[in-house]
Amino acid sequence: MRLELRGITKKFGSLTANDHIDLVVEPGQIHCLLGENGAGKSTLMNVLFGLLQADEGEILIDGEPVRLANSGDAVRRGIGMVHQHFMLVPVFTVAENVVLGFEPTRSLDRLDYARAREDIRSVSREFGLEVDPDAVVESLPIGLQQRVEIIKALGHDAQLLILDEPTAVLTPQEADALMTIMRSLAASGKSILFISHKLKEVRQVSDVITVIRAGRVIGSVPPSATEGELAAMMVGREVSLVVEKTAAAPAEPVLEVRDLVVRDDRGLAVVDGVSLEVRAGEIVALAGVQGNGQTELVEAITGLRHVESGTVRLAGRDVTNRSPREILDAGLGHIPEDRQRDGVVLSMSVADNMVLNTPRRAPFARRGTRNLRAVRDNAETLVESFDVRTSSVDAPLSSLSGGNQQKVIVARELSRPLEALVASQPTRGLDVGSIEYVHREIVRVRDEGHAVLIVSSELDEVMALGDRVAVMFQGRITGVVDPSTSREDVGLLMTGSVPAESR
Amino acid sequence: MTSRTRGLWDRYRSASPVTIALLALVLGLVVGAVIIVATTPAILNAWRGAFHSWGAPGHALKVTFDNVGAAYRSIVTGSIVDPPQFWHSVTTGRGWTASLTPLSETLTYAIPLVIASIAVGITFQTGLFNIGANGQAILGGVTGVAVATLVHLPTVIHLPLTLLAGIAGGVVGGAIPGLLKAYTGAHEVIVTLMFNYVASYFMLFCLLSTPLQLPNQTNAISRTMPGGTQLAPLFGTASGLRVNYGIVVALAVTVFALWLLDRSSIGFEFRVTGANPHAARASGINARRTLVTSFLISGGLAGLAGVTWVAGTTHYIDQNFLQGSAGIGFTAITVSLLGRNRPIGIVWGSLLFAALEVGGSNMQANTGIPYDLATVIQSAIVIFVATPVLVKEIFRLRALRAESVKVATAGWGS
Repeated sequence: MRLELRGITKKFGSLTANDHIDLVVEPGQIHCLLGENGAGKSTLMNVLFGLLQADEGEILIDGEPVRLANSGDAVRRGIGMVHQHFMLVPVFTVAENVVLGFEPTRSLDRLDYARAREDIRSVSREFGLEVDPDAVVESLPIGLQQRVEIIKALGHDAQLLILDEPTAVLTPQEADALMTIMRSLAASGKSILFISHKLKEVRQVSDVITVIRAGRVIGSVPPSATEGELAAMMVGREVSLVVEKTAAAPAEPVLEVRDLVVRDDRGLAVVDGVSLEVRAGEIVALAGVQGNGQTELVEAITGLRHVESGTVRLAGRDVTNRSPREILDAGLGHIPEDRQRDGVVLSMSVADNMVLNTPRRAPFARRGTRNLRAVRDNAETLVESFDVRTSSVDAPLSSLSGGNQQKVIVARELSRPLEALVASQPTRGLDVGSIEYVHREIVRVRDEGHAVLIVSSELDEVMALGDRVAVMFQGRITGVVDPSTSREDVGLLMTGSVPAESR
Repeated sequence: MTSRTRGLWDRYRSASPVTIALLALVLGLVVGAVIIVATTPAILNAWRGAFHSWGAPGHALKVTFDNVGAAYRSIVTGSIVDPPQFWHSVTTGRGWTASLTPLSETLTYAIPLVIASIAVGITFQTGLFNIGANGQAILGGVTGVAVATLVHLPTVIHLPLTLLAGIAGGVVGGAIPGLLKAYTGAHEVIVTLMFNYVASYFMLFCLLSTPLQLPNQTNAISRTMPGGTQLAPLFGTASGLRVNYGIVVALAVTVFALWLLDRSSIGFEFRVTGANPHAARASGINARRTLVTSFLISGGLAGLAGVTWVAGTTHYIDQNFLQGSAGIGFTAITVSLLGRNRPIGIVWGSLLFAALEVGGSNMQANTGIPYDLATVIQSAIVIFVATPVLVKEIFRLRALRAESVKVATAGWGS
């Protein structure tokens, strides 16, 4: 399918999310749409998938103008979309999910599972999308769930697939497998529109890269463009892609985790005897595929999850199973993994969010009454020094972009007296400019002599930021290595196997 | 257009919560009018003959407007002021009681409603539903009457002690669901809802037992509160106006709630917990303590509403106390929603609901349209307030304000 967008413009109030966007996707082409968060990629995809209506411009499919009033129209026209957050029913099987809404039936409305299974097998064979049609979706790893989404789209006879940040949740190995699938789909004539802000993978798989910034197409370039060129196009200026830091000067241990066992909500020991030591003045980066116990480890350290056995010590004090309040007050800064869930209150003002975990501390309150002037002054100062882009400190946090919301959290945590900082996925979903900023701040905290523990599923980030890299797999630390270790070896540790040289 | 009117127009178009509430009132009145038309025989008969002769449609329209107009006029004259009567008082200096009674009654009814609605609003702000404000108010009434009638003290101590007893009764009523939820996870909606029955029957038990029951009585009726424990009429007993010093209590509660929600540390923790319990926990806010405190304060205020009602108006309680349509604890839930759980909004909402309540009785007396129409209007208003999208569509307003703020400043580095 040949898709052409001409002059697509979409406005929300005074903001122009898409400003006369022109784009052509040729049949069999993998076309990447690269841009920072808030550049207008998602808006454009929603217009293309019929979820939003453009104010101006037209969409042409194989040269013929079409009107997509809703996603049903888009599906009928052969457009399939794999959302960043999967739209699957967790307790259904793969086959049930794929046929959902378009169930093949035999007489008397009985579901024809045999046909559904056969359809899935044939699609799987054709494109190398191996998956068991009878597996229950929630039991599948994320990478396979994503395949189910792709099969679902292909099952509706999609000729153009939109993949919205498909690698955000995948391991490096799963991402590689996805790239292979994308190539085989393209080879069979399907067109792919691939949205990403990860420069490395974009260059690996795309035929054409179109960069958009602030709602406008900045240009289309071949994948031979360097990462630096792409980043500069995205941000509009030169950006440093490496984290600049001096060698660490580790001192005494500040955060000590010993033989920690933590159970998840289902009662499984997802942290299974983890010992880890973070010294003052060093950054320990915890690598690993999501879901291997990192989340629960951090929750246990921050007092949000019960510790079954083992100890957590902060600056020499035993804080095992203490309340979050006590642990915060003992000097633990925490940048939570899911910032909108755990880190901020979206409906409250920037100023209130800046004192979210210190509302009773002087000068923000005295004898139970808040000092709103002090709260505002504090926010004014932090907004200034951490370069938070907001219309005012009284604006609700929901009016800020994701990067600026993260800056509010970073500002709040780093402005408290700290012993150690635990940052989970500190740059997830952030654009290049914000990532650069957050990384600089984290290094600054280290250089001020604090202990820093970073948890990230982005291998690039782990390798760039860590002074030591600990790898976690199935609730255990499979190795603590130097950041100069090859990506392949760390990737192997992430899957539980031990690389050749360290055997 | 001057800049001022343009400003107003913009405010109208940008669908602020106040605009939505006012438009919901308009829509509620429209719904009421439709029901009046559909249920008044005179109007229906006029329309039945409307297409048989020239001039009849005009007549039918006139009948319609006359009837609806009379109904709404009597709500206004019954709850705020009756202009001819008022003018008569101004010119002759007589009949002030009759002139001021509507407003006095509205305020009298609004007093406990403000307090009870703020009680409910505080739990809403904490993300909790206190459906048991009515039961807590009943308990407050019972404990208040008990302290007033069974203890003998000088007024200076006795009145405050009576009000405190009411608060204490409500606190007990709030503590039960609060503690149950905090320590066993029992859902507060179920517990508070059922607790209303417990409170009702507990009251009945007290009213039928010594020492609370009026001596030598078989009916469920309490002793009468001695004068020193009553909230006296604002303009003296001789004025014949029931509005009483409870208004001071209601104002004090409003000021307290403004401080609590906007300025206090605990109120900040309430609001954080209500808006995002996950972030509250991660920020070191003790969820249990917040939940229990919120319920204790809410229950205490609901109890205060109960005792303020008795001490200001009836001075005794019987089996009908806060039952059925007098159950202000239930009306309080809708008023709190109408006022978006904010103290000032709640005060306005209470005045509106009290006016509809009081005016509704007057409408029934004057026009024969059942009093229940007032309840229908109240309910319709709340439904419209709860569905701002619908109101927005009907009046073709722009996107709701929160959304427009969001898109206006979205985007990194812009």
